[in-house]
Amino acid sequence: MTVNINSAALAVSPAKAISISDVNLYYGALHVLKDINLEIQPGEFFAFLGPSGCGKTTLLRLIAGFNNARQGKVVIGGQDVLDMPPWKRDIGMVFQSYALWPHMTVAANVAFGLEERRLPRAEVERRVQAALELVGLKHLADRRPSQLSGGQQQRVALARTIAIEPKVLLLDEPLSNLDAKMRVEVRRELRDLQQRLKLTTIFVTHDQEEANTVCDRIAVFNEGRIQQVGTPMGLYEKPANLFVANFLGTANILDGAVKGTGTQRTFEVAGAGSIPIPAGVTVPTGAKLVFRPQYATLGTLEPGAVALTGTIAHREFLGATVRYGVQVGTATVLIDAPFHSGDALLETGATTTLGLKPSSALWLAE
Amino acid sequence: MALVQSIPIRRVSAKPGQIFAISLIALFLAIFLIIPAGTVIYTAFTEKGTGALTIVNFVDFFNTDLFRRSFFNSVYVSGMSVVWASAIALPLAVLTTRFDFRGSLIIQTLGFIPLIMPPFVGAVAMQLLFGRNGTVNLILNDWFGIRIPFMEGLNGVIFVQSLHYFPFILINLSTSLRNIDRSMEEAAQNLGSSGVRLFRRIVFPLAMPGYLAGASLVFVKVFDDLATPLLLNVKDMLAPQAYLRVTSVGLTDPMGYVISVILIAVSIFAMWLSAVAMRGKDYSTTQRGGGGLSRRKLSRGESVIAYGVVGLILLLVLSPHIGLLLLSLATVWSYSPMPDGFTMAHYGRVFGESSLYIKNTLIYASLAGLIDVVIGGAIAYLVLRTKVVGRRWLDWAATSALAIPGVVLGIGYLRTFYGVTLPDGTPLATLWVMVVLALAIRRLPYALRACYAALQQVSESLEEAAENLGATKQRTIRRIVLPLMTGGLLAGFVTSFSTAAVELSATLMLIQSNSDAPIAYGLYVFMQSPAGRGPGAALGVIAVIMVALCTLLSHYVIERRQKALGMTK
Repeated sequence: MTVNINSAALAVSPAKAISISDVNLYYGALHVLKDINLEIQPGEFFAFLGPSGCGKTTLLRLIAGFNNARQGKVVIGGQDVLDMPPWKRDIGMVFQSYALWPHMTVAANVAFGLEERRLPRAEVERRVQAALELVGLKHLADRRPSQLSGGQQQRVALARTIAIEPKVLLLDEPLSNLDAKMRVEVRRELRDLQQRLKLTTIFVTHDQEEANTVCDRIAVFNEGRIQQVGTPMGLYEKPANLFVANFLGTANILDGAVKGTGTQRTFEVAGAGSIPIPAGVTVPTGAKLVFRPQYATLGTLEPGAVALTGTIAHREFLGATVRYGVQVGTATVLIDAPFHSGDALLETGATTTLGLKPSSALWLAE
Repeated sequence: MALVQSIPIRRVSAKPGQIFAISLIALFLAIFLIIPAGTVIYTAFTEKGTGALTIVNFVDFFNTDLFRRSFFNSVYVSGMSVVWASAIALPLAVLTTRFDFRGSLIIQTLGFIPLIMPPFVGAVAMQLLFGRNGTVNLILNDWFGIRIPFMEGLNGVIFVQSLHYFPFILINLSTSLRNIDRSMEEAAQNLGSSGVRLFRRIVFPLAMPGYLAGASLVFVKVFDDLATPLLLNVKDMLAPQAYLRVTSVGLTDPMGYVISVILIAVSIFAMWLSAVAMRGKDYSTTQRGGGGLSRRKLSRGESVIAYGVVGLILLLVLSPHIGLLLLSLATVWSYSPMPDGFTMAHYGRVFGESSLYIKNTLIYASLAGLIDVVIGGAIAYLVLRTKVVGRRWLDWAATSALAIPGVVLGIGYLRTFYGVTLPDGTPLATLWVMVVLALAIRRLPYALRACYAALQQVSESLEEAAENLGATKQRTIRRIVLPLMTGGLLAGFVTSFSTAAVELSATLMLIQSNSDAPIAYGLYVFMQSPAGRGPGAALGVIAVIMVALCTLLSHYVIERRQKALGMTK
């Protein structure tokens, strides 16, 4: 199943920027969106990433007009949309459940938004055809949604949204109702389609892999607040706080205390040793030492690395790597060691040294 | 942040259309439900003549021997009807849900019986079958020299009512039993429980909420019913007393109102009791894909017994219908097990003279059903999809009609609207439109539930998708919500229609002239005299067939629609 994109039939208007400022939203006494400020560039594929209940879908629905913010601004293509009803906004949204109308055929579903815009019949017909061709479903135009597979339903939902030539495209967990194999396929197609249409797109997901593979930039949400905005690599390499570090990839976190001042600062991990803090690194109060599993070595020390002592607590053989759980002080950290044929593995219970370069360590607070 | 000050605070305000709709419905409910019911209650607490507030009417009520007896008779009859209805429903429910039993379909079909024929229709036929000189007793007397007083006095009412209303318990109990997940039973078996102990300790407690819901419904229905005791000539019960006081003593007599208040109070009490008993006990435990309790195969011996029991119950349940059919075809049927001869003359007479009844019924019931679906649909939308202030009150007000028996509503209309006259001097209360409105109000709670169910089936994201693509609220309702609700609305309409078509209690109070009368009223009039029984029975058969056809047709239409939309598996 490939997406057939040879269609100039759908006009591509210049991509619009989205600017969100000082948005706050309350459900009764519950503060669900807190001081949201965000700039999304024209043509950008942008992700809202976070655990369930973090506010990402709430913000998406707010942009589409299904929540009413008491304060703030959402400007799309230079126009504040918050005072407009959903049907005036020209913002295309693909719903998590697809929300295809069961009493209409595929073609009727796609035609709906065009009919509501009172377009001439010939134009409606032309755009329905173009949109269905774009998602490769022209041959299923007369089917009912209940006769389609999950993947096909998703394409219809997408075609229905694109047909109205929206200013921006909102995708609410578009892959969550697909099986694992389809998910990989569809996310590539989504990316492909977005690149062709040059449509500013927001993609809501709780799956970091989806966000990383598809999107240009990501906003990480937690408890109604944007924690950090950045590229997938930037967020992984330079998380702004413990939540982001933990949510994106695996992070080892060690408690400890800062000793010394100036260039002589060290971070003491009780019962395991200490690690010098490189000059110029700011350590927030209450910070913890954070590093990724692949940045530490066991038994050997790379040049410039310092040693912490630990005990092997458990071991998982994963094929390309061996993942060790190492007890360091009171915490257990995960270390990935590349596996080569003939390597001897460390046994549980063995005392070992854990080598870590201060330059690959981070000091982050909550 | 300095910026915050410059940002306007937005307020969520209701749309003018929503406010208009809510006001209109509130006005309707106030005029045709709240005020009449309130008037009845108020009158019961005021002194006749002076209008001063008093409870002396209630003191009088309980000091009068007849009323005290009527009260206890009503409680006794309702209670015993629940007992007997349970005795019939329990084996059927267990048989169909716990065993591989081929008769399940027949038993499910029984559930429609209370819908398609009110109990009073069969009451006269039951006299002929089970009365002192009815078929069964004549045979028993011939063979064994005994008579069983099935139909003597209160027994007759209990017998007719429990046969008629047991499906309410059957349906609710079966649903509960079906909703119990197999793992509940298996867990108990795994821990060493089985057989009767398992049923008593696990299955029955889990099914209890359903049973109570059904039982309280039966109690209230029987307690409020006017026509059955009247037709069986049992007058010392509450509803008949209310009717007789108002029609014979007059509208100013306080006793009719006192009885009305007691009817309302008992209805509310029974519903409250079942609500309290069910609180926090929503035991629907079915897991996704899990299919109810495990079914056991019946052994050959058990099969024989099971079919015997079901056959006997079926025969009993259908006896009013069989009797009615025989009566409608009988030349003379008296003091003999079977009619002396058969004739089609009654049908000829009914079609000749009484087609007016049929026409009136169709008009009244259709209008009532239409009003119910429009108001029910609007309330459902306002409650589930908007945030208009007062929407919950609408829901409560409409649902409160459940607690107002037909007799009471009829009395309320007479009292409230009798003084209001049209330009030509006829009182508003005697207009046929009043019958339609009373029927609509009485059926509104059921139609409202159907509308809720229909709207809940429409996922909100389907509406949001329409708005997202440029449809306004009104356009969304027209193009998405209404088409998807059609099946549910039709179901609501048919429920209202078919029950309104055969309702008698409010109608009996409000109909003043024969030319305005619906079938139920005509039936009642016919059944008063021995000569009218034949034509009356023919009219009853026609009513049953009419309602049954409508019900079947709508089920067929709804099922086909649901299948087409892929909404059912």
